[in-house]
Amino acid sequence: MRLHSFLPSPAVDAVKYIHIQSEPLDPHYEVDQLRADNPTIGGIVSFIGLMRDINEGDKVSRLFLEHYPGMTEKALEKIVDEAMRRWDLAGCRVVHRVGEMSPTDPIVVVVVASRHRKEAFLGCEFVIDYLKTQAPFWKKELTEGGERWVDARVSDTEAEEKWRTDELSDN
Amino acid sequence: MIELRYFARFREELGAEAEQIEIEGEHRVGDLLADLRARGGAWSRLFAEDQRVMTAVNHEVADLSTPLKDGDEVALFPPVTGG
Repeated sequence: MRLHSFLPSPAVDAVKYIHIQSEPLDPHYEVDQLRADNPTIGGIVSFIGLMRDINEGDKVSRLFLEHYPGMTEKALEKIVDEAMRRWDLAGCRVVHRVGEMSPTDPIVVVVVASRHRKEAFLGCEFVIDYLKTQAPFWKKELTEGGERWVDARVSDTEAEEKWRTDELSDN
Repeated sequence: MIELRYFARFREELGAEAEQIEIEGEHRVGDLLADLRARGGAWSRLFAEDQRVMTAVNHEVADLSTPLKDGDEVALFPPVTGG
């Protein structure tokens, strides 16, 4: 993803927070942190990705998430910066879990705040769509047949491609 | 000398997490993949031209035409599956 200087800069007071952790995620805490003491926020949209117990028709009992320390944070930061350039956002918080987890556990929380709801909806969808195809995380799942790496989905690539504009298509 | 790093399925199937290799002259990511493919075995299979391989140079997503220089960290990994 290329960044373009002719696009408006994010609002100076926009709050950006990116974190990767092995501890369990608390979506309510993340929402509260973003909205705390900020009276300019008119709406918040959050996406919570959860671990399912079925994938490709097989029962899944555990999930192991690997990432690329250093690059993953940088990739997420770029995605959030791009969202803030495209829309007038008051803040964005992305927290992703790594390591071992169980069904129903939150895997990722994306929280986007803005003055008006439309920008928060668009910004949130943009961030999760790009995270799915650009941020270096890999899932390995434990099924009754043993461990296996999860394959990337074509539908995720299509979801990301719909955001590509002429300015971004050179990448 | 460049530092190669392998992640997820690639790391497991190659039985290697990282290695250092020498590159000579003008080298791009595509040339590096061709060198690795020529090693045979799992290398040829994982980095075959019809396989989906993502690459990053110094923590930035790269493509086959990205140039390499001494001291670069180059990562090779399968398509990502986070979120």
